[in-house]
Amino acid sequence: MIFALVILPLLAGLVAFVLRRPAIRRGLLVGTALMHATVTAICWAATPAPALGGWLALDAAGLLFLGITSFLFLMVSFYVAGYLGEEANRRATDPEEGFLFDNAPEAVFIGCLLLFLAAMTLVTVSQHFGLLWVAIEATTLASAPLIYFHRHHRSLEATWKYLLICSVGIALALLANFFLSVAATQKSGGAFAMVLSELVAHATILQTPWLKVSCLLFFVGYGTKMGLAPLHTWLPDAHSEAPSAVSALLSGAVLNCAFLGLVRVQQICVAAGLGDFGRDVWIALGLISLVVSAVFILGQTDYKRLLAYSSVENMGIIAVGVGLGGAGVFGAMLQAVNHSLAKAMLFLLSGNILARYQSKNIARVRGLLMAAPATGLLWLAGFLAITGTPPFGLFLSKFTILKAAFDGGHVWIALLLLAFLAVIFIGMTTAFLAMAQGEPEKTINRGEDRWWQIMPPAVLGFLVLCLGLTIPAKLSTVLHQIALTLGGAQ
Amino acid sequence: MFITNLILALVVLTNLKLLGSSRLGASIRVVAAQGVALGLLPILAHWPELSVHFGLLAAGTVAIKGVVFPWLLFRAIREAEIAREIEPYVGYAASLVAGAVALGTSFWLCTRLPIPENIASPWLVPVSFFSIFAGLFLIVSRKRAVSQVLGFLVLENGIYTFGVGVAVRTPFLVEVGVLLDVFVAVFVMGITIFHINREFDHINTDRLSTLKD
Repeated sequence: MIFALVILPLLAGLVAFVLRRPAIRRGLLVGTALMHATVTAICWAATPAPALGGWLALDAAGLLFLGITSFLFLMVSFYVAGYLGEEANRRATDPEEGFLFDNAPEAVFIGCLLLFLAAMTLVTVSQHFGLLWVAIEATTLASAPLIYFHRHHRSLEATWKYLLICSVGIALALLANFFLSVAATQKSGGAFAMVLSELVAHATILQTPWLKVSCLLFFVGYGTKMGLAPLHTWLPDAHSEAPSAVSALLSGAVLNCAFLGLVRVQQICVAAGLGDFGRDVWIALGLISLVVSAVFILGQTDYKRLLAYSSVENMGIIAVGVGLGGAGVFGAMLQAVNHSLAKAMLFLLSGNILARYQSKNIARVRGLLMAAPATGLLWLAGFLAITGTPPFGLFLSKFTILKAAFDGGHVWIALLLLAFLAVIFIGMTTAFLAMAQGEPEKTINRGEDRWWQIMPPAVLGFLVLCLGLTIPAKLSTVLHQIALTLGGAQ
Repeated sequence: MFITNLILALVVLTNLKLLGSSRLGASIRVVAAQGVALGLLPILAHWPELSVHFGLLAAGTVAIKGVVFPWLLFRAIREAEIAREIEPYVGYAASLVAGAVALGTSFWLCTRLPIPENIASPWLVPVSFFSIFAGLFLIVSRKRAVSQVLGFLVLENGIYTFGVGVAVRTPFLVEVGVLLDVFVAVFVMGITIFHINREFDHINTDRLSTLKD
């Protein structure tokens, strides 16, 4: 079952490179996404048996992120199928600078998209640290060509930064893996396998100095990929230049994959009695991310970069949540789920806006509610969701994290968190409301968007709303299990 | 033991050569030579205990780092028809001084960490740290995309040195996965360099500076 999850998109991706007919290729994309989502649903219903000698297994954290990834990919695949029907293989005019450019061949785009899904799936099911590293690096490599879909100099710059910064970061995570394996080597010469359960079981006899250095390097390595400031520099560029559907996946799924890598590290730290050491790093990185994102969200002129910095902000909130421990971990995981859904929704909508207004500049977009009522309404709903307004799910998760901070006696952290959230709320409000209200310019087409532009973000938004009203029992159990492994029992 | 030390000395010298070299073609050859020398390390580090596992790994590493990468990178600069100079942000002399400082720091770091006793050579860990520092320095101090890829390879070589020499128990599947990832990384970077060249008519990354806040 676990094998099927990884092999299915891998094979489909390879086939997509050689298929000739565009319609069949798009069918393959949506079909694979549907099958992957079905298998994932079966895994949620009954946890499958471990494979490959325990290297591949689904624990609570893996199950949660697999669920998010698979569902987001399904929604995005609908959007991409419609998008490619209009965009593929034609010369387009650059909205910013007015030059002509080509798009990447559709076969490469769909092929890489499916390989990307395979890599992300492998991240969620890997229990072996080496394999986890291989999978996380593979997500970078499979997604780099996706960012360079529009072939012009800005997307090229974004791709190069993404490739180089993430590769260097992840190379340092490889060093961290080796340090961890030294930490797991005993004086007698024996060593434990680098499998999560094995390391957690023997965590107390790991060599502490190596474990600490390894932990810090993991934070640098996977933190780069997760978009934690000050290691986030690739993120706004890649998110703003990639096609919107790819931005949705980058923000909603890839950042979570790197987060999962760090969750695994924290699990070992907690088991080794170094939980507090890890928590301090989480909180420091989380607060820095909040500062940086608040600074860049205020006065931001590009709405896709605004959304990208909002992702940095949300990763910061999640990091603070994990750092607080206890109920904070529960809140952080819930925040990760909600953020993925809401941010993917907003990025898909930003694609609709870009297609209509031909500009990423906030000042050039006016009267969205009049020009495209459905997109405009969803855009406003997405804004309320991402800023954590009740009754959306992000309100609940942010509230849980804040409450954990107050309950744990971390009043200063709670106050800082509140202050940054308020500043970011103001920055987002000015941008979003100005875009939605007013009278659109005469040159802008009026009328509804197509169904594939509306349906996926609407479904995502509906789910964020539902998660704010009630958390399903199964999801709640999974979240509690994760919180337990990260020291939530205290 | 003697040959292992010889290889490690070679790695130190090639790193210094890279920091001080102004020629792109020579740098690519030096990195290739370093890759081949390191490819032989897993066999020597476990001498005389030979196995198919180490043999395959060494062959794969030598083939990819010694043949495929230089070929890819030479192709990238040939098609770019660029002047074969490095164009550093930091001058060659200053780079060499930084290299010397990095070398000293690496040896000092190793006195601060509990190094396992049963490794092939006491030089293994400091030399691997030195390669990592040198690689990071090359990435941030050079303008050309190709030079940055060379820096990435030196960084990776440093991590590989540590992995082969110290972390003995890495399973075969993971080693193959790592090698494959590095291969694909350089391959994708090579393609990107080709596109950068076509877009900008040269491959300096200082032209990649439109995106900022």
